[in-house]
Amino acid sequence: MTTRQRTLPFWRTRRGQDRAFTAFVFVLLCAGALLILLPFFWMLSTALKAPEQVYLSPPVWIPIPPQFSNFWEALTRVPFHVYALNTAIIVSLVMVGTLLSCSFAAYGFARLNAPGKNLIFMLVLATLMLPGAVTLVPTYLMFNAVGWVNTFLPLIVPSFFGSAFNIFLLRQFYMTIPAELEEAAKIDGASVYRIWWSIMLPLSQPVLATVAVFTFVATYNDFLMPLIYLADEEKYTIAVALSFFQGSPRIGPQMHLMMAAVTVSILPPLALFLAAQRYFVRGIVMSGIKG
Amino acid sequence: MQTHPTAGGAVVAETAPAQRPSRRWTRDALHGYVFMAPAILGLLLFTLGPVLASLWLSFTEYNILTPPQWIGLENYARMFRERLFWQALKVSTIYSVVSVPLGLVLSLGLAVLLNHGMRGILFFRSVYYMPTVISGVGVAMLWRWLFNAEFGVINVLLSKVGIQGPAWLLDENWALPALIITSVWGLGGTTLIFLAGLQGIPQELYEAAEIDGAGRWSQFRNITLPLISNVTFFNLVLGIIGALQVFTDAFVITRGGPNHATLFLSVYLYQHAFQYLNMGYAAAIAWFIFIVVMLLTLLVFKSSPLWVYYENERQGR
Repeated sequence: MTTRQRTLPFWRTRRGQDRAFTAFVFVLLCAGALLILLPFFWMLSTALKAPEQVYLSPPVWIPIPPQFSNFWEALTRVPFHVYALNTAIIVSLVMVGTLLSCSFAAYGFARLNAPGKNLIFMLVLATLMLPGAVTLVPTYLMFNAVGWVNTFLPLIVPSFFGSAFNIFLLRQFYMTIPAELEEAAKIDGASVYRIWWSIMLPLSQPVLATVAVFTFVATYNDFLMPLIYLADEEKYTIAVALSFFQGSPRIGPQMHLMMAAVTVSILPPLALFLAAQRYFVRGIVMSGIKG
Repeated sequence: MQTHPTAGGAVVAETAPAQRPSRRWTRDALHGYVFMAPAILGLLLFTLGPVLASLWLSFTEYNILTPPQWIGLENYARMFRERLFWQALKVSTIYSVVSVPLGLVLSLGLAVLLNHGMRGILFFRSVYYMPTVISGVGVAMLWRWLFNAEFGVINVLLSKVGIQGPAWLLDENWALPALIITSVWGLGGTTLIFLAGLQGIPQELYEAAEIDGAGRWSQFRNITLPLISNVTFFNLVLGIIGALQVFTDAFVITRGGPNHATLFLSVYLYQHAFQYLNMGYAAAIAWFIFIVVMLLTLLVFKSSPLWVYYENERQGR
């Protein structure tokens, strides 16, 4: 066996085959990555074109000189700063609400005993399977009845009442924290609320960061809710405003301006992703669905 | 000094064993309910309540301006008479039947590649996950431009290899495939879940198989696939729920057109609820989606013993 293997050509040996397979994987991944990145390249390329370069065949791939002024023009033709401010208000309040309510509820589910706790927890988890369409109409009617339509409230207030996935994530984490830490605080006379606030919250910082990044991305990208609830243009979020650009005579027909606006709109989640990648990955691994 | 009160407390607890735990228990329960209160209220106000209200509304005619009127099963009967409802059902079905299995196969394949130990693999993982983070309206608008019949980059590239690309979003036959392509682009989330599952498979199994002379494909068939099947199950359930609710892409990229070729059930629902103010009819559509999702999820759950391989099963053998 060994003598035969020695006479094999390199590409027939184990090591040779492993190398060949790695090269094969590398080539496949590169090709796929190009397909993933191509739309972004095309977006940026269009955003930097002069108007007369946009509709050309064959296309201009790299516009020279790049028209950086497109960004300024796209952002000032519409009150983009208003949309950005609205989005910032909604996203930040939703993040506060989600972090507070989910960690609060999760602590209860992880640590305190109350009759029916498990049943309630199962019900909360079951909402993960519920298609959002079912609650859409009555929830709208409810907010309409209390006069909250065309305000930010329907977008913000529900976040203060917990969300299943985040409660689940935080509860899983609290279950792993040793009980001795709380026992010591209890002996010192701390209430459960104090323990939650001054022991559990600081300890769960990494998971809270994970919840925060996911909440940011989901709220920032959300389209249906702001579309339904916000009627006045000065209340639009970036997502809703963008969707109306197509039909807007100020910006619609000018693809280079539209792509400039799209580029700006994806910057916040992109920057967050690049800065906090490990939290995104952790959220998926932590949800406990791995094999 | 500090130990005395505790010692005293322990003595009290011993002398009155019946009283102490029960009072302590009720206080704990009270605190427990306080902690669970936001979640319970949220469940009642934003989930259970609306689900029931939606069921009731589905039996009424309601346009917000006049009070709801009970019309029994008329909304459901109407659904089956409306041509556009059948069109929406067809669109959502084709989309789900194609995009969910395609997505599962491609993202599992991609996860296997991304699980291969080599230099730069973290970079690739980031690149493939990126579209998941920046989905939304901006990206939907970008796809409109990419699919542009004459100047879009997709047809430009196709023409380079000698293919005359279709008009995509303007062509009834190609608009839905275009939306399926955009869904494939955002596979990163599913891929990462598969990847987490792959990393949970014990390496010894592969080593043992290799000693037995099993090739790569055989290892994938006999080790990876069965041991990843619970993750596949999870992704399948989430995929079905997601596919039946696609909204942003369908609404922003094609607005349901051309000629209703991309009229998803969710877009149909949106039109009736918020454009025609047929709240009762919209609630009936929502309940129809809900029932379909429940039936499909149940089917997946019921069929899971046939193809999902659980850890304790292996230990039991």
